[in-house]
Amino acid sequence: MGRVLEGVPRRGLALAAAVLALLLVFPFFASGYLLAVAFLILYFAYVGQAWNIMMGFAGQLSLGHSLYVGLGAYAAAALYVHFGLSPWLGLGASLLLCAAAGAVIGILAFRFGVAGVYFAILTIAFAEFARIGFDHFNWVRGSSGLFLPVASYAKNDLWNLRGSPTMFYYLMLALTVGAFIVCHLLLRSRMGYYWLAIRESPEAAQALGVNLFRYKMIAVVISAAMTAVGGVVYAFYYNNLFPEQIFHISRSIELILGPIIGGIGTLAGPIVGAFLLTGLAEGLRELMLRLGIELPGVKQVFYGLCLLAVVMFLPDGVWPPLARALGLERKARD
Amino acid sequence: MALGLSVIFGVVRVVNFAHGEMMALAMYLTLALFTALKLDPLVSLVPVAAALFVFGYLLQLALINPFINRPEHSQFMLLVAVALILVNLQLIVFGPDAQGVRTAYSFDSFQLGPLIVDAAKVYAAAAALIVAAALFAFFRFTLLGKAIRACADNYQGALVVGLDVKRLYALTFGIGAACVGAAGAMLMAIIDVTPAIGPAYTLLAFVIVITGGLGSMMGALLGGLLIGVTEALGGVLFVPSAKSMFAFGLLVLVLLFRPQGILGRKHL
Amino acid sequence: MDRRTFSRNMALVGAATALSPFGIVRAQAQKLKVGVLLPRSGVQAGIGQDCHRGVEVAAGILRELGYPALEIMSGDTESNVDVARARAERLISDGAQLLVGAFDSGQTTAIAQVAEQRGVPLIINVAAAPPITEQGYKFVFRNFPTAPVILRDAFANQLEIFSMTGQAPKTCVFMHVNDTFGVAMQKGFTGVMSKFTMPYKVVDTIAYDPAARDLSVEVAKAKASGAEALIMVSRLNDAILITRELVKQRWDPLAVLSMGPGWYEDQYLKTLGKLGDGPLSFVPWYDPNKKLTKQLEAAHHKAYPDINLNTNHVYTFEALLVAADAFKRAGSTDPKALADAIRATSIKDNVSPGPGIQFDAKGQNDKLKNSAIQNRGGKLVTVAPKDAANAKPEVPMRPYSKR
Repeated sequence: MGRVLEGVPRRGLALAAAVLALLLVFPFFASGYLLAVAFLILYFAYVGQAWNIMMGFAGQLSLGHSLYVGLGAYAAAALYVHFGLSPWLGLGASLLLCAAAGAVIGILAFRFGVAGVYFAILTIAFAEFARIGFDHFNWVRGSSGLFLPVASYAKNDLWNLRGSPTMFYYLMLALTVGAFIVCHLLLRSRMGYYWLAIRESPEAAQALGVNLFRYKMIAVVISAAMTAVGGVVYAFYYNNLFPEQIFHISRSIELILGPIIGGIGTLAGPIVGAFLLTGLAEGLRELMLRLGIELPGVKQVFYGLCLLAVVMFLPDGVWPPLARALGLERKARD
Repeated sequence: MALGLSVIFGVVRVVNFAHGEMMALAMYLTLALFTALKLDPLVSLVPVAAALFVFGYLLQLALINPFINRPEHSQFMLLVAVALILVNLQLIVFGPDAQGVRTAYSFDSFQLGPLIVDAAKVYAAAAALIVAAALFAFFRFTLLGKAIRACADNYQGALVVGLDVKRLYALTFGIGAACVGAAGAMLMAIIDVTPAIGPAYTLLAFVIVITGGLGSMMGALLGGLLIGVTEALGGVLFVPSAKSMFAFGLLVLVLLFRPQGILGRKHL
Repeated sequence: MDRRTFSRNMALVGAATALSPFGIVRAQAQKLKVGVLLPRSGVQAGIGQDCHRGVEVAAGILRELGYPALEIMSGDTESNVDVARARAERLISDGAQLLVGAFDSGQTTAIAQVAEQRGVPLIINVAAAPPITEQGYKFVFRNFPTAPVILRDAFANQLEIFSMTGQAPKTCVFMHVNDTFGVAMQKGFTGVMSKFTMPYKVVDTIAYDPAARDLSVEVAKAKASGAEALIMVSRLNDAILITRELVKQRWDPLAVLSMGPGWYEDQYLKTLGKLGDGPLSFVPWYDPNKKLTKQLEAAHHKAYPDINLNTNHVYTFEALLVAADAFKRAGSTDPKALADAIRATSIKDNVSPGPGIQFDAKGQNDKLKNSAIQNRGGKLVTVAPKDAANAKPEVPMRPYSKR
């Protein structure tokens, strides 16, 4: 435990503890609506962190991350629908499948030297492949959608992930906190340093003997596998899956907005970003309501303008300047 | 349309993720001109292209120039935001329903032996070729064109030689946008426009450009042809609803084995 | 009006209400808060906004019919499942006692779960995926046919039309969009067809990508199959694209039998003009001979003179009709009471064809009948079933080249 906390500024720890405490008691005084929003925030925070490993840590821009969400979701959901297999076991299948998918993309990309924008487009291609492919995949009902049988909401069945939104909230919270700790550990490990080197200057890293291929692959596979878990929870929370929706490029874009706005490569970035973005969306909707503007599309225009503003004036994301303001500057790098 | 993307990426090195949305904008402009002035879309091509040129130029100067040297994900975010704003503005102003243009030749077709060829598409294709040729000539033979190519080849060198790179970039983006404008006008003769069609076209543009070769105009043309044929063949031989998969398959192959595209130059 | 006058008036109103012999009128003076969830932006914006038209004309008609007032709270699902769920929660938190929505099956499922969890009734206006009413929900009701029922009536109506006109195709080619609705229809097609003796057989089935910008390949394939007639399940844009291809590729099918949206929509008729006449659509529709339909048509025409009354308007209106009717019978805004009242619904005086609105144990109105309509002179006429028709069908379709 001490090793985990070593090097973390005390203030940061206190802040994190306070936030965590707040999040733990949140459901007790939150309405169903706020709970639903909170779940979304945590979901995006979690998946954002997973994506951040690939992008922020290892510098590979993936624009097709919905592939892993979808694969993970479908694997566990299909096993549950067809065989009644608990999602905790189905999770194993999801992890394997996504790790494999990530590995395939990684191998193809890195062996053939596909990088930067081209890599991003490769990931888009794979996600689209999955979208169209699953539309024709009859075992998971193709484009008519996979529906999970819904049991009663009265009791919480954690083993089968059937239950109230509160249960899902805590599950997502646990995942997000877990991811945060994992990312923290990864960053300060030797691998974290290698990743930093690869991100900042691949040639120099290679010259120093860092095996580019191996570490990039590890980042991709970890990122993919982590995302898969998010997909599984998603499937059981919503109880239905449509390839058109879950593999769509708009979802890939949605889940990377958080980390980019929050701050790529930082630990708290994805979480702060998810919170800000979802908060912004809901806030804007409230504003429109108060002002009596019922025109569809207006909220998205303002949302786009806000995104524009952040990207232009806070190029490193919201978290770094915020961290500085809070006096949470890390001692050495980052 | 893919030409425009190719030019923009090849020179300014910015990936325009708002490409499709800009084309939707062009289509709406064409529609407006048609409704107000009864201008045939292929005639509107010139004013619409000009309008988009201005739009692109201003966009580059105002928003994109600061981003040239920023990492890809920042550029991406910027243009995603622009795309989002464009699409929803279109939704607010024009409404969600599909709107189209009906010209005298909308339903004509030529019969060449056993083949039946759509007249509107032929006209649009002809217009496209003319625009492509004009663009090619511009880059080959004019001073401005050469200056732009210089920027693409060697940013530092161009600066050293005294070229006003920022202005040239804006010009290039403008030209790319003008291509998009022309494409929009041409497309209006063939299909209807809704605010939601932007994203599909952005993706298509990327597939074409990468397959054909970023930065190469012949490549964009070739890419367009190749993707069109692949999808059609895939549709005929296999399941039509999966024909896009073949296009993506081709894209993946190209990315792996010849990332600069079929006709692209080796430097990326 | 100044404050004194205002308070005096309020006092008078209060006194009048208190002295009213009907105590229950007091309870009904409060409005029922109905949360209407529709995709008003995003990819499905066109349909969502169209459904909303049904909401707008509803208030006036319901008032005329003597129903208690509804307070409509609108929520935009933005064509997105996450937003749909959040909006549903938000509306309930803001006091919605009943929900209506949401067109898209995925979003409707998310909202249905929220409705069931919070014990707030949901009346589905349009969504054809069968599983939604198969989940054993107690608070979800659907006044819209499922895909198998639409198919069943399509065949019945086709037989009626063939016997009326004495014309029937011997071969057909089946083209469908590869999305939830299209695939559901295609899957059920052969099964349901076997229950009828249809005069034709399907020689080829062609599926196409919903995002397709060009359908020349698909239509060429269809034409090459040599079939006499074309059976379609498509959306609006595809319908226009395909018709254009039919003209350009010079194929004049005996009939176009569509079992989905698109071929009868305003945009289709407007874009294609006289080339839009002829296709037969077998869809959930309205009964033009019913009294309430005429009332709805009049109100709709006054509010939107350029827009034909269609499925979206009708079924959204009926969802609100069910809500108002249940509210009147329940006499309270308690969601549980409302749900029980909805389950006992029996409205004979409605707009959609069939004996009226009622719900079975699963919350589905299984008595709905679907109609056959035909495009004629830029307008729509109902040609089958006979007791809900107002015109005779025209088969074969006039060749495109001769228009």
